[in-house]
Amino acid sequence: MKSFLRGHLLWPVVALVALLLFNQVMAPDFFSLRVQDGHLYGSLVDILRNGAPTVLIALGMTLVIASRGIDLSVGAIVAIAGAVSCTYIYNSPDPGSVATAATAVVLAILVGLLMGVWNGFLVSVVGIQPIIATLVLMTAGRGLAQLITGGQIISVSNPHFKAIGAGYFLMLPISILITVAVFALTALLTRRTALGTLIESVGINPEASRLAGINARTLTWIVYVFCALCAALAGLMISSNVTAADANNAGLYIEMDAILAVVIGGTSLMGGRFSLTGTVIGAFIIQTLTTTVYTVGIAPEITLVFKAVVVIIVCLLQSPKLRAMLKKPVKKAVAAPKVMVSN
Amino acid sequence: MSVLTRTPVGAAPKAKRSLTTSKYLPVMVTLSLFVLMFAVGSVIFPGFFSGQVILNLLVDNAFLLVLAVGMTFVILTGGIDLSVGAVVALSMMIAASLLQAGWPPFLAIVAVLVVGSLFGLLMGLAIQFFDIQPFIVTLAGMFLARGLCYVISLSSITITDNFFTTMAQTRIKFPGGLFISPSVIIALVVVAVAVLILHHTRFGRTVYSIGGSQQSAVLMGLAVPRTKVLVYVISGLCSAVAGILFSFYSLSGYSLAAQGMELDAIAAVVIGGTLLTGGAGFVLGSVVGVLVLGIVQTFISYDGTLSSWWTKIVIGSLLLVFIMLQRVFTKVKS
Repeated sequence: MKSFLRGHLLWPVVALVALLLFNQVMAPDFFSLRVQDGHLYGSLVDILRNGAPTVLIALGMTLVIASRGIDLSVGAIVAIAGAVSCTYIYNSPDPGSVATAATAVVLAILVGLLMGVWNGFLVSVVGIQPIIATLVLMTAGRGLAQLITGGQIISVSNPHFKAIGAGYFLMLPISILITVAVFALTALLTRRTALGTLIESVGINPEASRLAGINARTLTWIVYVFCALCAALAGLMISSNVTAADANNAGLYIEMDAILAVVIGGTSLMGGRFSLTGTVIGAFIIQTLTTTVYTVGIAPEITLVFKAVVVIIVCLLQSPKLRAMLKKPVKKAVAAPKVMVSN
Repeated sequence: MSVLTRTPVGAAPKAKRSLTTSKYLPVMVTLSLFVLMFAVGSVIFPGFFSGQVILNLLVDNAFLLVLAVGMTFVILTGGIDLSVGAVVALSMMIAASLLQAGWPPFLAIVAVLVVGSLFGLLMGLAIQFFDIQPFIVTLAGMFLARGLCYVISLSSITITDNFFTTMAQTRIKFPGGLFISPSVIIALVVVAVAVLILHHTRFGRTVYSIGGSQQSAVLMGLAVPRTKVLVYVISGLCSAVAGILFSFYSLSGYSLAAQGMELDAIAAVVIGGTLLTGGAGFVLGSVVGVLVLGIVQTFISYDGTLSSWWTKIVIGSLLLVFIMLQRVFTKVKS
């Protein structure tokens, strides 16, 4: 408990609890859960379900950021994955069958894989700065998605496909279950094997890691592939939830939400340190914030202002300079000016 | 790094010559691409080969020109500003709402410029004094500006002010039936001022030296902190100017306006040959970059069979090609 209180998870948890309590005050039935038609309903379930795509992408983003990278293209990949799956179902001879839905899912995942390989290639082999390398796909990706859908919103009616984003299993929404599974798998792979530590070491110093015998290039490549896969999965979830592919608006700004979730969760943007649990909490803080804005009755678009304020506060709290200022207000005047290091 | 490599004295003139040629090479590549595209367009499409097609590139992209100028300053220092599109939208909303409230146009414009600069100032201060990465600060700025648009109004506001409509409708005519809009002149003035500042002032040289090596700039005693904050102020101011120009163009304020315009601005700067790591590039290069983006759009609208999304795909591919070229150039140099 003591280590938890000192740890990086304290403030995110406090923020989440405070937000939830605030909601309880605003809407007294906020915490109530009910079972209807064998499905679990309630505000908390809604938060979990609506937050699932963001959590998924944020998990991928966490590993990318841990390797001192960034992936701006996830929103575009969401749109492409949705476009590929829905267009396939729309054009298939048997649009309602299980096989069609399964093929659509596999196709979307494969496309996601391809996008990840592309991003990873640009970053790890060609050596382009991550923010710029993924900017290429961010710019072109929505165009590609529109190319696939022919510029239209493709609506599909396949009950099996719809289950991914809107279905229930054992009373729980399937999207939540998928997210939990991906989280567990990621946590297992990164924290029960050396993979997580290796990614962190690449984030701290790729060159030193390479000299220490770590295959830094492959690891960097893998994190981008993983991130794109998560984005494709989230894209499936989003398009399945609304049973349509919208190339323009699916996953719009989700890259920002995911980065925000990662930062709130205590993963440093400088790389070298990550917390998957923190990311999940961060994503739920964002989702709860959105719900809160609805509950209070402010126009949902204004959520952006709150998000901005949260990012600024979190970044300021993470800023080493501010921390030093707060900790040692006396020494500040005496200390010699620090030599600035270029990024 | 250059401290460690010893350069033979005799090799200096040659090294200098190759440096000056490679300095202009990216801009030259972009310029030839533009000329090539114009030539190809003239052959394929009837009516493409006219002065007005080129002038229309300026008329339709005056705001992007101004945005790219501001972005060039930021990228030259090795930073990035993702907030520009949102600040454009915010400027439009502020202008439209102030005019609706009956402010005289002059005061409304001044208010917009002040807000834009303040926005840039705040982001610059956060970047410089709290050591937060530019991209996350300007990302927050983007959220904030977009959100503030909705705080001002959830629906779009039409501008009916006389001055704005005059600016929108006035055409400055040239012999031969050619014309431009007043916005083009404003944009070109901004470009000229930016060129002057970058190449003929101490501030401009500091911008380049920060991008070259921030540590060296600090050690040389240059005003690094002040300059780094100022480039974001310039970018904010340029976004505000671009917002005004965009409201001349669209005669309304709309919260969703200029979505993704930051990407266009960054693409124009990169295609114009400015190194993303900072330290090398020209404002005029970014101008050519904007013209290339403009001619891509013109191509697609002339063709008629190509849909609008091809613009995004082509711009993305161009961005990729030029980033690859940058890698090659920097590798050859080192």
